[in-house]
Parts: sequence; structure tokens; C-alpha cells
Amino acid sequence: MISEALFFSAVLFTIGVVGVLTRRNAIIIFMCVELMLNAVNLSFIALSRLHGSANGQVFVLFVMTIAAAEAAVGLAIIISIFRHHKSVDLRNINLLKG
Amino acid sequence: MLQDLAAVDTHALAATAARYVGLLPLIPLAGFLVNGALSLIPAYTMGPGDPSAAGHDHDGAAAARAHAVDHAEQSGATGDDHHAVARHPYAAVASVVGPLVLVLSFALAVAIWLAMASAGEMRTPYVQRFFDWMVTGDLKIAWAFQVDQLSMIMVLVITGVGMLIHIFSIGYMGDDPGYPRFFAYLNLFVAFMLVLVLGASYPVVFVGWEGVGLCSYLLIGFWFSDKANAYAGKKAFIVNRIGDVGFLLGMFLLFANVGTLDFTGVAASASSLGYDSALVTTICLFFFLGCVGKSAQLPLYVWLPDAMAGPTPVSALIHAATMVTAGVYLIARSGFLFAMSPTACITVAVVGTLTALFAATIGLKQWDIKKVLAYSTISQLGYMFMGVGAGAYAAGMFHLVTHAFFKALLFLGSGSVIFAMHRAYHHTGSHEDAQDMRNMGGLRKYMPITFVLMWIATLSIAGVPPFSGFFSKDGILGAVFARAQHGALADATWLGMPGSAVLYVLYVLGLVTAFLTAIYMTRLMLYTFHGPNRTGEAEQAHLAEAPWSMTGPLVVLGVLSAAGGWLDLPAALPLGPVGVLEKWLDPVVGAATAAVAGSAGEAVTSTEYFLIGAAVVIAILGIVVAVARLKPALLVPKRDALPSHGFEHVLEEKYYVDEIYDDAIVRPLVSGSRNVLWTGIDRGIIDSLLVNGSAVLARGFGWIGSQLQSGETGAYAWAIAIGALAVLGAFTFR
Repeated sequence: MISEALFFSAVLFTIGVVGVLTRRNAIIIFMCVELMLNAVNLSFIALSRLHGSANGQVFVLFVMTIAAAEAAVGLAIIISIFRHHKSVDLRNINLLKG
Repeated sequence: MLQDLAAVDTHALAATAARYVGLLPLIPLAGFLVNGALSLIPAYTMGPGDPSAAGHDHDGAAAARAHAVDHAEQSGATGDDHHAVARHPYAAVASVVGPLVLVLSFALAVAIWLAMASAGEMRTPYVQRFFDWMVTGDLKIAWAFQVDQLSMIMVLVITGVGMLIHIFSIGYMGDDPGYPRFFAYLNLFVAFMLVLVLGASYPVVFVGWEGVGLCSYLLIGFWFSDKANAYAGKKAFIVNRIGDVGFLLGMFLLFANVGTLDFTGVAASASSLGYDSALVTTICLFFFLGCVGKSAQLPLYVWLPDAMAGPTPVSALIHAATMVTAGVYLIARSGFLFAMSPTACITVAVVGTLTALFAATIGLKQWDIKKVLAYSTISQLGYMFMGVGAGAYAAGMFHLVTHAFFKALLFLGSGSVIFAMHRAYHHTGSHEDAQDMRNMGGLRKYMPITFVLMWIATLSIAGVPPFSGFFSKDGILGAVFARAQHGALADATWLGMPGSAVLYVLYVLGLVTAFLTAIYMTRLMLYTFHGPNRTGEAEQAHLAEAPWSMTGPLVVLGVLSAAGGWLDLPAALPLGPVGVLEKWLDPVVGAATAAVAGSAGEAVTSTEYFLIGAAVVIAILGIVVAVARLKPALLVPKRDALPSHGFEHVLEEKYYVDEIYDDAIVRPLVSGSRNVLWTGIDRGIIDSLLVNGSAVLARGFGWIGSQLQSGETGAYAWAIAIGALAVLGAFTFR
């Protein structure tokens, strides 16, 4: 039971990482990050159940709260980037170039 | 400490004038402060806003400015006493304060001396502590003065002769715009010189030693607007530093091995250094290096002839009578060390004798009257070192005292002559050299008093009886001869040679020097005072004797030069009380003298008469040869003089020693500093490699870091992912 859950979580996380690394669209990268967060949430839940402890579930609630806040801030940033560059393609956005 | 205090309280001098010894240097120091404050007020101001320029004084101030410019333009490298003429508004105050502090100091010195004389024989010095100066670890140095027979001799000479020279300066420097500054420096010099001779430990002496060096520098470069004078001051200062390193190293070695620097403490434990050990010889030679610098001996004498760039009273006080004799004083003071090292003693005597001979030969062909006296001073200092080197400390000090009399007289006399010459040239607006003997001649007619007094000094320095120089020089030569016969020095070997043979050679060289001394001094007198006058037709009317404020001190010095020999008559010539000075100094230097001389006494009387006779014959022979060979009538003024040839020219050019030093030391040092140290090391390695190199390095690392900041968020994400994987991998597969 636990191994399937963890395997599934790992698959989800890897999909998220690959998405972040390969895609250039800011919205899609953002969604991939959410995917990674939720993969972690899944393993928290599975391990919480395995240990019969509520600690993991409490963590998940925190992660979801943070993710919501992050989504709000992140989407706002992406919108303002779009207003400025007329694009959300990260290849065009390199203001921090040294 | 408690014991010392008790000893001081019970000392014979405890309740006498000696307890005010601390005031001795403080009185001239007060004079320095007053005159120094006055010197801050300028003699004339240059701007158009100057109220005096608009008032009645207008012409005078303008003339003074014109003169200042004139002299700055025409003055050459000779550094003669040409200078701006303007009377300082507070010159009268300086005229009172400057000499007055010396009169007070001299009075106090005499009071202390009388107290010592009435206290009877005093075997231990009276040491007065004022405060702890340096206390660190084992090093405890108190600011303390030591009154004993040796320091009192020096104090009396410094304040007495110094007082006369201060009075002379009133007339000589009266028209100089820097008049109060001159007295300020002169007072400061006397203060430091008194610290030097009164100091009860080597460090306190060193303070005075450096202080007089500073004042010497300031006074040589007194007319600093002329570059040659400023360079001469710098030269004196730098050459003296070489010697001072020796003094410092000597002190360090002494402290490391004896653990104290007080004279009494070192004297008590000096025997722990070991008789004739390498250590005590090294210490003595380091101290002697200091003396070589300060007292202008070979090879560091080169600064003293250039020091004549200073005003003539400075040459008399600092560069003849007092400061340059500090080295002789230091060796007499350190007699307990030198007596333990025959090697060092003979070295001192050899260096002194060679310097005496070398300088005397140069003196034969100098034309500048002050340069002749400068080389004569170097030569006479060589005699003093010959004496103290041979362990005849009393004889060396005796020559120091008589030399202070007759050389101060010679310098002040030459100052009188220069004053008269300068005044004459000033009247006619001529810019001839007022110090060149070729421009003098026949001054006997115009300056009879100076003429007679200068002859007394000349006979004295030449060693003609009964003048003072005869007795003191005879004392030194007799002592060298006696040491060559028996005693510690005769038994010692020096550089593989038997000490006895070395000392006999030194004695003969001393006689040769005495012969040369008689010649060059007679030459100076003949060219200056005899024969026809070469100053110029128009100038002759203005040649005259200096005012009495200048001639008066000369008369006093003349009496002292003539009668100074009675201070220390030899036993062979009992014309009065015999050996007064020697007996007076016995508590200080007697033990050291006995250690060097051995148990046997001086030379037997018949030999002694022969030595005296030889010295007299040689002196008179020198004068006769000079009178017979030199023809003042044939001399032409400086501007018409033909260049000299051959060895004469080498002598006139002072053996090219300055040029050799320039080529061998100064130029390699300068070019080495410029090409290796500055261009190579400072600019090449430090500036380029280290300073700029570290900047380049930092910028390079920054460039690498900035290249990592591509701004591509994807790349950052890859870096984070790979990093996270690496960390995971490291933890998993470790």
C-alpha cells in the first residue's frame, strides 16, 4: 500500500520537475510547481496513515495554505510580467542577467 | 630606590646649590620659549596691506626686500654670511633674553662648582632623580642628572663660552630679520647640550645628543632660503644618523648584558663583561661610531666643513667648542668600558690620529677662512680622540677645554673679519666673497684688536709655549708616548700589530700634524692680516673693527686662550700648581686611566723634557716655514686667481672625498632606491602585483560569478535540480 503511494508521489514529483526544467511558459512552470507540492502532500498523507499519526496531515494543511498564498502572489507577478513584456515566455525574461 | 634616596640625602652636595641642577637646562629652555614666541612675529611683511609699508618705514622695508632678493639671487654654493638685512621689531627683547639666560645658567654653574670645591674631594657623583621616565619590564630609566667633576667641567665650558658667544651674536646677528629665531635655536641648543653632559644614564645623554643634533641642523640651515645652506643642514643631520645608530646599538648591547644603563650602575658591573672580550670591544666600538658621527672623525667628518654654512657664532659654539666635543666627553664618561678593551682604545687613538693628519693636510690649501678653521677643528678633535683613546682622559678633556677657548676665539675672530668684510662690500654694493682669504690681506691695520687676539689663538693652537694649546697638546702627545712604552696598550696587539709600535707611529703622526697645524694657521694669519690689502680700493675705507659688544668676548677668550694652560701644568714644568685638572677629574676617570696606563707613572723626566722640546721645535719650525715660504704680497684676489694644479689641487678639492662618497654611496643609493626599490619593488611588485593584482583577481572572480547569473530561470532550475540530486546522491551512496 505505502510503496504504491510513494511510487505514485515520486512519479508526480518527477513530472513536476521535468515540467519546470523543460517548459518555458511561466503558467505551465507554475502549474508544475503546484504538481510538485501536491506530490509531496501525497507522500505526507501516505506516511501519516502508515504511522497512524496526524502530524503529516497537519503539514499538508500548512503546505496547501502556503501554496494558495504562493499561487496568489505568483499569478499576480506573472500577470504583471505579461503586461510588461506581452509574453510569459521565460526565454524573453532575463533582467537578472549578470 | 630607597637606598639611592638615602645616598643622595647624605651626599656632600645634598644641601648646596647642586640641588638646583635641574634648573641648568631649564633656564635656556625658558629663553628658547620667549625667543621662539618672538620669532613668530615677522621682521617685515610682504603684502601691500602692511601698515608699516605705507608709513614712515616705507623705504627701509622696501630696501630690505630688495636686499633679500639680491642676496638670494647672487649667493652661490659657498654659503657665506651674506643675508638679508632688516632689524626685527623685537630685536631688543631678544638681545636681552638670549644672553641673559646664559648668564644665569653660568652663574648657577659657578655656584655649583664653588659648592663642589668647598665640599672637598668627592669620590661619588651627586645624582638627582626627577621622575621615572621609562619603566617597562627590567628596564627602569629615571630622568636623572649627575653632578660630578667631569660633567661640571663641561657645564662650565658650555655656559661660559656659550655666554661669550651669545654676547658676540648681539652685534653679529643684529641686522638679521631672523634675529629672535637665531637666539631661540641657540638657547635650545644650550639646553640640550646641558642635558647631554648632565644626564646620569646613557638614554638621558642620548636625548641631549639628538637634541643638539636637531639644533645643529636648524642653525646650519639658518639661512635656509639659500638651497646650499639647507642641503648642508640635511647633510649634517643624515651623516649624524649613521653614528647615532652606533650609539643606540651600543646601548642595546649594554642593557642586554649588564641590565642597567645608569653610569654608576654600568661602572659597578662593567667588569662582568670580561676584560678585552669581544663583547666589550663591540660595545665600545658601537659607542665610538656614535662619537665618530657627532665629533666629525674619519670617515664621517664630511658634514662639518659644510656646516660652516651656518652663521659664524654657530660655528664657534656648536661646531668647534661644544657639540662636536660631545664624542670626547662620551668616551671619557665611558672610560670604565674603554679601559676594559685595549683594542677599542687603540682603534679610537688610530682613528683620531689619522683624522688629525688628514684634516690638517686639507686645511693647508683652503681659501675660505671658515673652511680652514673647520678642518682645523676636525684635526684638533682628532687630537682629543688620540688622547682619550690612549687612556689619557684628563689630557683629552684638557685639550677639549683649551680648544673650546682658542677655537671659539678663532671662529669669533674670523666672524669679526667677515663682519667687517661684509660691511665693506655692503657699502659699495659689491658681491665679492667676504670669506675668501684672497680678498682679505693687510687687515692688521684696520682691525688691530682682532689681529692681536687671533695671533694669540694661533700660537695657542700651534702649540707655542706658554699658550694653552701647548700644554694640552703636549699632555696628549706625552701620554701617547708613555702608553707606547708600557702599560696595557703597549702589551696589547691591534690587528696583529704590537700596540707599542702602533702608538709610537701615532706619536710621530701627532708631531707631523702639529707641524702642519702651525703651517696652516700661520698661513691663515698671513693671508688675512699681513701683506697688502686685496679687498678693493673703494672698500678699504669701510674696513673697521667690530663694535665692543663683539670685541669684548674676544678679549675674554684671548685671556683664557693665553692662560688656559695653567689649568693643568705638567709635572715637568711646575710654573704653578701642577696637574689641577687631572687631580680634579681623578675621581671620575682616575680608575680608568690607571687601568690603561698600568702601575708605572708617566715617562721619566729627561724623556719628558725631550718630548716637550721636540713639540716646541716642531711648532716654531712650522711657523717659520710658513712665514718663509708663503708670500702674501704675491696673492691676487679671488676673481683673478688662477686654478691650482697637481697635489695642491687635490688638497684644495679636499681629496675629492665628497665626490667619492657621492659616487660610491649616495648615487648608488639614490639610483638603487629609484630603480630597484621604487620602480622595481614599490611600483612593480607592491603596486602592480599585490595592490592592483588583488583587484584584478577579485574582478576575475566577480566576472566568473556574473557569468553564472545568466538571467535564464531555466538554467537556475537545472542547477537547483542537479544540486538537489547531487546532495541526495551523496547521502544515499556515501
